Amino acid sequence: MQFRRTIGEKIFDSLNVIVLIVACITVIVPIAHVIASSLSSPQAIIHSKVSLWPVGFNLDNYETVMRNGKFWRAFGVSVFVVIVGTLLNLAMTVFTAYPLSKSYLRGRNAVLMYIVITMIFYPPMIPLYLVVKEAGLINSVWALIIPSALSQFNMLICLTFFRSLPEELFESARMDGLSEYRMVTRIAVPLSTAIMVTLSLFYAVSHWNSYTASLLYITKEALRPLQLYMYYIVARNEMSDLMSTVNEVALTTSPQGLQMATIMVATVPIVLIYPFIQKHFIKGALIGSIKE
Amino acid sequence: MEQTRRAVATRVPLLPFMLKHRALYLMLVPGIIYLLAFKYLPLLGSVIAFKDYNIYKGIWESDWVGLKYFEQFFNYPQFTRLIRNTLAISFFQLIFDFPAPVILALLLNELRHIAFKRTVQTILYLPNFLSWVIIGGFGYMLLSPQSGLINQWIQALGGEPIHFLQSPGYFRSIIVGSGVWKDMGWNAIIFLAALAGISPALYEAAKIDGAGRWKQFVHITIPGILPAVMLVLLLRIGHSLDLSFEQINIFLNPITYSTGDVLDTYSYREGIVRLQYSMTTAIGLFKAVLGFLLLLVANQTSKATTGQSIF
Repeated sequence: MQFRRTIGEKIFDSLNVIVLIVACITVIVPIAHVIASSLSSPQAIIHSKVSLWPVGFNLDNYETVMRNGKFWRAFGVSVFVVIVGTLLNLAMTVFTAYPLSKSYLRGRNAVLMYIVITMIFYPPMIPLYLVVKEAGLINSVWALIIPSALSQFNMLICLTFFRSLPEELFESARMDGLSEYRMVTRIAVPLSTAIMVTLSLFYAVSHWNSYTASLLYITKEALRPLQLYMYYIVARNEMSDLMSTVNEVALTTSPQGLQMATIMVATVPIVLIYPFIQKHFIKGALIGSIKE
Repeated sequence: MEQTRRAVATRVPLLPFMLKHRALYLMLVPGIIYLLAFKYLPLLGSVIAFKDYNIYKGIWESDWVGLKYFEQFFNYPQFTRLIRNTLAISFFQLIFDFPAPVILALLLNELRHIAFKRTVQTILYLPNFLSWVIIGGFGYMLLSPQSGLINQWIQALGGEPIHFLQSPGYFRSIIVGSGVWKDMGWNAIIFLAALAGISPALYEAAKIDGAGRWKQFVHITIPGILPAVMLVLLLRIGHSLDLSFEQINIFLNPITYSTGDVLDTYSYREGIVRLQYSMTTAIGLFKAVLGFLLLLVANQTSKATTGQSIF
């Protein structure tokens, strides 16, 4: 396409590539440093010998994390919230989006307006806390699921997609005597598997990553999801429990190594599915931005 | 088909229409109830800012106290500090975190090498999927005065280790920097989409007229991306005071309260931890009004200067 480049353009192109490579390095270096630290011996960490490669390689930090019952309990809570929460999210999203995708539905604009208003005015933190509290959800795992049962933004993505399905399809199904519920489960959802995968991933990642809801609504240690468990270890430096496991088995570990190993174990599920989710997420982000 | 349905629909009275399509209306019920309970009810629940919240009486039965809690908050010794920190951090985020993805999209757009572009995108999108707790952990490790990589470099250059997370002077930079780190790549997607939407014919025509790449950039690329930039900017200003609680809370500690304690983190500590529900709700209302005023000003300014507005 470009035949001749001027000197200025050549300089710009080289600088551009350099700037972008530097940006990539800035993203990779912290991750590499954390991985290296989690695999290094305590002496190497304390004497700050670890930069981007493990020094005194060992898996003791990981072994200690894995032996910890509280870690696995928190992991279990998170897995439960991701699975049950995402299923509820999908049901809510699909059944709200389907009727609203019917242009002949009367009152449709009123309902849409009702939904969009909640996207402009966020519910304030403390009154929301009181509502959850008066609903009796404090210290219940459902407090991590029900208050985020539906994302209005994801619902609009789903709505946009349903609207593109040909109405004739539903028309003929109606002739065959299919109920509206069956039309959702038998026609609308199977015809939009790509968008269903995208929305599930949106919901699952947000459940997995969130810690505000659990910080506010969960005070019982046994009900902490993984992000809150890590929050106490990393930000509040509550290491006594992990360190006591260390004393039992006399491994070579350090507080920082343990912190980083915990973080890496929680990061692994995300990084493993990242290549797979990336393209779906971009698709979803684009549909969402067109909607805006 | 659709038109005939609609024409029929308007002739049928509402009630028989709703009965006929009751299945569709019933499907909407859970969503409507959910939004009512967890979005509208908390908004209405803001009235406890004007009440003395009583655990036994609940939100609606507690006694009215007028503006008592607003006065208490305005006269509070930490009032100016909270406002200053909230405004300062949202301002810095607006001038650093907001332009970063725009610049990144423009740089990516100039790349000719597709495979390189894809690789850069894949790497830069990754941090978006990491939680703030994980990124907080990265920060603690990287900035640690004993073993952190940054302090290793500082010491290698002959400097003294710096206690980044324990010095108020660095707090805002850490928030702004970690915000860019997490969101720059991902937020660039919308701008890349806007750039992809510019007609190639415009560039072809400019080339024939002898415009170099700089001229094309100034006269085609910039005007092409501007509407998207203004739209995102306005939406962002409207919520600029809703600073990411998850982000600030993970890095904040009592030593950095002086530069980092914002309205939301303070509300969390006073409200949830010390049970000052009415007073912290007053703070939330105050923040909402302030944010709305900012949006109005930004919207009017944008309408007057670029013609772009969201209402």
